[in-house]
This record gives sequence, C-alpha cells and structure tokens, in this order.
Amino acid sequence: MTAPRDSSGPDNRVTAMLLLPTTLWFLLLLVMPLVVIAVFSLGERAPAGGYQPALTLAQYANLPARLKAFTNTLTLAPLGTLLCVLMAYPLAYFLVFKIRNNQLRAALYMAVIVPLWVSYLLRAYTWKTILGREGILNSFLVWTGILDKPTDIFLYNQFSMVVTLTYIFVPFMVMPIYTALEKIPRSMIEASKDLGVGPIRTFLRVTLPLSMPGVIAGATFTICLTFGDFVAAFLVGGPNGAMIATIIQSQFGATLNWPLGAALSIVVLVIVLTIVSLSDRLERVGRIDLD
Amino acid sequence: MRAMQRSISKLQDRVADWLLTMVATGGMLFLYIPVLVLIIFSFNDNRSLTLPLRGFTLKWYESFINNADMLVAIRNSLYVATVATMVTIVIGTIAAFALDRVDFPGKLLFRRLILLPIALPGIITGISMLNMFKLMGINLSLETVILGHATGLVSIVVTQVFARLQRFNRRIEEASSDLGARPWQTFFFVTLPNIRSAIIGSALLSFTVSFDEIPVTFFLTGRDNTLPMYIYSTLRRGITPEINAVGTIIVVLSLGLIVLSVYLLRDSEKE
Repeated sequence: MTAPRDSSGPDNRVTAMLLLPTTLWFLLLLVMPLVVIAVFSLGERAPAGGYQPALTLAQYANLPARLKAFTNTLTLAPLGTLLCVLMAYPLAYFLVFKIRNNQLRAALYMAVIVPLWVSYLLRAYTWKTILGREGILNSFLVWTGILDKPTDIFLYNQFSMVVTLTYIFVPFMVMPIYTALEKIPRSMIEASKDLGVGPIRTFLRVTLPLSMPGVIAGATFTICLTFGDFVAAFLVGGPNGAMIATIIQSQFGATLNWPLGAALSIVVLVIVLTIVSLSDRLERVGRIDLD
Repeated sequence: MRAMQRSISKLQDRVADWLLTMVATGGMLFLYIPVLVLIIFSFNDNRSLTLPLRGFTLKWYESFINNADMLVAIRNSLYVATVATMVTIVIGTIAAFALDRVDFPGKLLFRRLILLPIALPGIITGISMLNMFKLMGINLSLETVILGHATGLVSIVVTQVFARLQRFNRRIEEASSDLGARPWQTFFFVTLPNIRSAIIGSALLSFTVSFDEIPVTFFLTGRDNTLPMYIYSTLRRGITPEINAVGTIIVVLSLGLIVLSVYLLRDSEKE
C-alpha cells in the first residue's frame, strides 16, 4: 500500500473533488461580483436610477466632489488606529509581563477579546446612548452639578466617531500585540537588564522592536475595517461625519447612482489591498528571527 | 555610584509598573463600562436613558417578548446564521484540505483568494454581490444573505481548520489504511474526529458573527429583516430601553458561545 500522498491515479480525482466546489464557489461569489462592480464603475447612472452601460471614467473623475468623506475617513482611520495602539499596547504588555498566574492571564486575555464578538451594532449603539444630549454622560454631569444643562459637544462629531471606532477596534489590536509579546523570550529581556540597561531603554531597544509585527498586523486590520464602516458613522457621526462607506451605502439607497457607488467601492478595494500588501512587506522587513 | 544607579533603575521600574497598571485598568474599564451600561439600563424603570436610576423593572424584556416583528427577525437571524455556518463549514473544510493535502498549479492564488474576505470590508462584499444578483435578475432574500455570509466567513474556518491539519500527525491515517480501512472510513473515523474541535470552534465563531452581521446583510436582504437589521431600522426612530433588553440577551448569549468556542479552539491547539 502506498500513502495517498505518493499515488498519482486516485490522487488526481481527490484533487479535483477538493478544488472544483471551492474554486467554483469563490469564482462565482467573490471574483465575479468584484468584476461586476469594476465594470459598473465605468458605466453611467440610468435616468431613473441604477446602472446604464457605458465606458467612461466620469465616476472616477467625480470623486473629488466627495472630498469631505475621504478626508473624514483618512483622518479618522489613522487617528482611531493610533489610539487603539496607545490603549492596546500597555494592556497587552501588562497581561504578558505583569500577570504571573497563567490561568488569570488567560482569563483576562479572554475578557479583552470577548467584546470583539459581541454585536458590532450594539457596541456602537451604547456610545450613542452614553454621549447623547439626553444621554448618560450628560445626565450624570447635570445630576452631579458639574454642568447646569446638558451639552451637545459629546455626540455627532469627530470626537464621538474616534471614541466609538477606538472602542470597536481595541480588541483587534490587543490580540496580535499580545501574541507578539508572548513570543519574546524572557531571557532576552533579562540579558539586557543584566548588562545594566535600564528598563525604559530595554523596552525601547528590545521589547518594542520585537513586538512591532503585532502592532503592524493590528493596525492593518483596524485601518481596513474603518474604511468599510458605515454603522458607527450612522449612529454617532452626525451630519458632517459621513465616511466613504456612508457615501457608498447611500448610492445604493436613496440616490441610486450605482456606477458612483461601484467606483467608490473599487477605490476602497484598491486602498485596502495596498495597505495589506504594504504591511506584508513592512512586516517581512521588520521581522527578526528568534529561532 | 553602582548602588545609586541600581536604586534609580528600581525606582524607574516601580513608576513604570504603576503607570502600566493604571493604563491597563483604564483600558479594561473602557472596554466594559459600555457593556455594563447596556445591561444596567435594560432593567431601569425609565423610558429615557438618563441618570439617576429609577428602580428595577422587567418591562423592557416583557415588551420585547410581545414584539412580534422582533421575534420574526430573531427567527430569520437564526435561520441565516445556521445555514450560513453549515455551508461555510463545508466549503471551508474542503478548502483547508485542498491547501493542506494537495499541490496544484495556482495554489498561491487560490490561497490568496480564500483569505481575501478577511481584509475585505463587508460593505464591498455586500455591494459587489448585490450588483451581480441584480445583473443576473436574482431576487434578494434571506438566501442571498446566506450566500454573502458564507463567502465572508469562509476565511475564519479555513485558517482554523488548516492550522489544525498542519499539526495533525498523518501517520495515524497511514496506520488506518494499513489496517485495511477504506479512504472514506479513514476520513470519517480517524481524520474528522481529530480536527473536530477546530471545526466546532470555528462553527461557533461563524454563527456568532453571522448572527449580528450588518454590512453584508444590509445590501443582500430583501423584505425580510434579520435581528441586527431590525434594530438598525428602529434606531432611525430613536433609542428605546427595549433595545437594551435585546442587547443584554445578545451579549449574554454570545458571551456563552464565544467562551465555548475559544475554549474549544484553545483545546485543539494543545492536543
């Protein structure tokens, strides 16, 4: 008997059986749809709304008219990501290096990543209930006498967007950083200390560089997800808080300009793929082999 | 001199520790205060979500149970999440086997394609499928939502099952076939039981994600609402404590599922 790996006759049949359904699925439901929007993005808006075949770059030329959404997204995505790093890094560091009890550490780590899977919508929604004019924060401030009347400054602006996006994405950031920090051999940090290097310089010279791949992975994820978000913008963004995804969404709802929506989707797709491949390259360059 | 340096470094250590503990505690509070707010206000006897608290009530849960639209939406969500999970498990497991077991031209491209949905924002998946369905004249329904979810979730299953297969000792399969088992027997009695926990774990994750998915559902659903879509549409009209009640139930249920799935996936890593 030969192991299935070496035999060539039935192996081809197995390969076909494994590949045919999956390839078909992905061609039909992932590649084809992307091709369709690429084609649609070159079309025109039909007079009654929708799509009308054409071969024009008019939709792409029209994109600067949506500058506000682009600037919103391009400021909020990096800002939210930065805040996520600033919050997630100390948290992950604390869990990995300061909690000595393994079981406690595992439990706390789980506590951090669990909110990740608890309804995206509800996580954005609670911030609306907290920050609003009639919200919990305002009523608390009035109740305790810090303010005499509720204020509007908390909700429907960049501040509420950043808070909400950060809240939604922090767990995504903790996960890869935690994994990266966990991989660093303690002996390396001790060696640095034994050589008389202070804790802060040890951190800057040893721990931080070794954990960079985790930071990069988390940042990539957070930025990509921010580009696709329209739920947070809908709930806490307010009239001037439209994101690219909000504009895309409305092209298929009220305004019905499909080609414009398709063109914007293609732009987001290109941005996301660029970020992913950049981070891939960055990670490969920055990677230090410990084995 | 040496001693002084050491004591400075010790002081640095202590200050850094203290700061770190503060920031980490702050981070945890930031993560959990909104969840607590959601839960507390679902029991608060006041129509508006303001402090001070007015007293304990279960009426928001009562009105949720009597809300027929919401119950229909929950049933729809359960249907979508169940079927999408089953489909995605089958496709994802087959794809993971393809990646682990066979070599073929274009394997790298195949791999990239399968992992693409992880980075692809849901809105792109949703809109591109919406356009294709319109083009092909397919009416939107809960079934189109299922196709969308299954495609978006495959990456979760593939990464988990593939990782498990990579650690799996193939000698066991060889032993099984040496002992005269047919390939299908080996698959069902030897291989499958060994990757079971990875499959169940990723199924639970997929189910939870599908159950409260919005961006894809938003574009692919017809007249039927799933629960998150129902909540989304009521939020247009304003905030009610009823939503906190539903939210609390969702939080508790998904917490249960997630703890279970993390436990199962962790378990599969140890084996």
